[in-house]
Amino acid sequence: MSDKILEVQDLTIDIPTPSGTLHAVQKVSIHVDRGETLCIVGESGCGKSLTSLAIMDLLPRKATRTATRLEIAGESVFDIGERRMSDIRGNRMSMIFQEPMTSLNPAYTIGDQLSEALRRHKKVSRGEARDRAVFLLEKVGITAAASRLGQYPHQLSGGLRQRVMIAMALMCGPDLIIADEPTTALDVTIQAQILHLLAELQREFNMGLILITHDLGVVARIADRVAVMYAGQIVETGTAEQIFKAPAHPYTRGLLACIPIPGQTERGAHLGAIPGIVPSLVGRMPGCHFASRCPEVRDSCNSAPIPQFQGAEPGRSVRCLLADEAAVRQPAQEGAA
Amino acid sequence: MIQFALKRLGIAVLVALTVSMLSFSMIYLSGDPAVALAGEGASQEDIENVRRVYGFERPLIVQYGDWLIRALQGNLGHSNYLKADVASVIFERLPTTMLLGACALAFALILAIPLGVVAAIRANSMIDRVALTIAVIGQAMPSFWLALTLILWFGINWRMLPITGTASWLNFIMPSIALGYYVTPAVMRLTRAGMLEVLSSDYIRTARAKGLRPMTVLFKHALRNAIIPVVSLSAVQFGFMLGGSIVIETIFAINGLGFLAWESIQRADLPMMQAIVLVFSVFYILLTFLADLLNGFLDPRIRVA
Repeated sequence: MSDKILEVQDLTIDIPTPSGTLHAVQKVSIHVDRGETLCIVGESGCGKSLTSLAIMDLLPRKATRTATRLEIAGESVFDIGERRMSDIRGNRMSMIFQEPMTSLNPAYTIGDQLSEALRRHKKVSRGEARDRAVFLLEKVGITAAASRLGQYPHQLSGGLRQRVMIAMALMCGPDLIIADEPTTALDVTIQAQILHLLAELQREFNMGLILITHDLGVVARIADRVAVMYAGQIVETGTAEQIFKAPAHPYTRGLLACIPIPGQTERGAHLGAIPGIVPSLVGRMPGCHFASRCPEVRDSCNSAPIPQFQGAEPGRSVRCLLADEAAVRQPAQEGAA
Repeated sequence: MIQFALKRLGIAVLVALTVSMLSFSMIYLSGDPAVALAGEGASQEDIENVRRVYGFERPLIVQYGDWLIRALQGNLGHSNYLKADVASVIFERLPTTMLLGACALAFALILAIPLGVVAAIRANSMIDRVALTIAVIGQAMPSFWLALTLILWFGINWRMLPITGTASWLNFIMPSIALGYYVTPAVMRLTRAGMLEVLSSDYIRTARAKGLRPMTVLFKHALRNAIIPVVSLSAVQFGFMLGGSIVIETIFAINGLGFLAWESIQRADLPMMQAIVLVFSVFYILLTFLADLLNGFLDPRIRVA
């Protein structure tokens, strides 16, 4: 039995717009193993949220997706129809969204919304569903869980609502959880708690976790592996250690330069910033998507599509001509570093 | 919830009191009521007699208090034209009008809500456009004209339905359609707008992410939230229908309160008109109150207010 919970190959999302087709996500391939946390990092609009919605088959109606492979635990779930897909959603994979304030239905109690997720997929009684809801609310750190079941979303704070969302995602004991910027809308102090909680639950229930974020601090804390996305493409993959210690893509390096590191960044020194703006994804771009902002750009970058070069270690890859040259030309130096 | 209900009830009572004052002041609308009651050619002495018998010489506030207390006891005065107790005449006619109103509202909601939902799910499709056309026609067409058209086709040309009276439930079909159709457009468009907004909300995405069936998402999660403004609107529209029933009951010769109102206006039967205005108003206030309660039940956030 494969340990791969999720396998996505060549996922592409196109959105028609009045000015042409928007190639929002282009041939993205990712995989997640059981018990592993994959972080997808990138700035706003790079396609990371659309990627997660595409995996759940929850894209807006006008967006079209294609993929050569989309498998949950070895079973293909690409275009299997809404009926079969809805059997998988919330059951074998669930999702936590960015906006806890608006992600719960204001008209129903917490208990109702938690139970209904379980009762949709498993043959359990009302009482059993209620017990599971209480169990999970306690697991996500909500006190007086039993009395919370009768409360409505508007009676809870943002942090509590996100905890409820997490409990709801866990109701059916899924293999995979996709968390799309789950802490962006929360206070900084709550952010750390929620992340810690997610990491802990993921270990305890041995699930695969995809965490989508633009916050590298978050990545450093909980990622096993990282996929860096830029303008609809994955530009670099690797373990968290590889990405932070030896970023190979100029974009990744640019991102890392934006974060101050205590003890290393000098007081008063300028923090890095990546000049320029994300290119429009309407129409095709001939070469590297990052070329217009890259400090190390050369002529060859703009002439042809850049392939994803595989690194020496498994799972390591970079979409950059320079990285390829470096790897080919200076293997000895690379090993020594 | 109980606190919310009591608060709403308090407001309803205050509105009812205000309406009762307006209704009371109707007697003075056409000048000196004593002159009007005494009739043409009455001597000054007769007028003074009437004034004394009816108590018009007392201060207004006393007259109002007296009138209000009697009204609360169910005594709405005496109709000089019908030579009968106003209250008993009204309560004899009231059920017919309420039945007509309920049928018309039921027809309107049964037509408008599903159409609004479908129009929202298939926004900008053929169905949406057809629904919009129905709405525009409904809004533009006077109900008396629709009533006459219905009578012409279904009553006279095809002889399918009776055109007057209240003998059987068949008599209520055409009046209900004529009265309810006017309400349909507003309810339908509001349902559509509400559904469109709710369907694009985050919690609908959550419901889908839970793997809930499309019907559960649509009816349990979306419609429940989208219907809240429709409830308030329906109560308001029902008020309009009570007014519309004056026209419709007259056309179809239905012996209801609307017909009675029209007759009373023609006969200048002041106590009757006064009582009808009061009954219609109180009924309208009651409906608004019930709509508030229903909304409180549907939306837990309202209960707090």
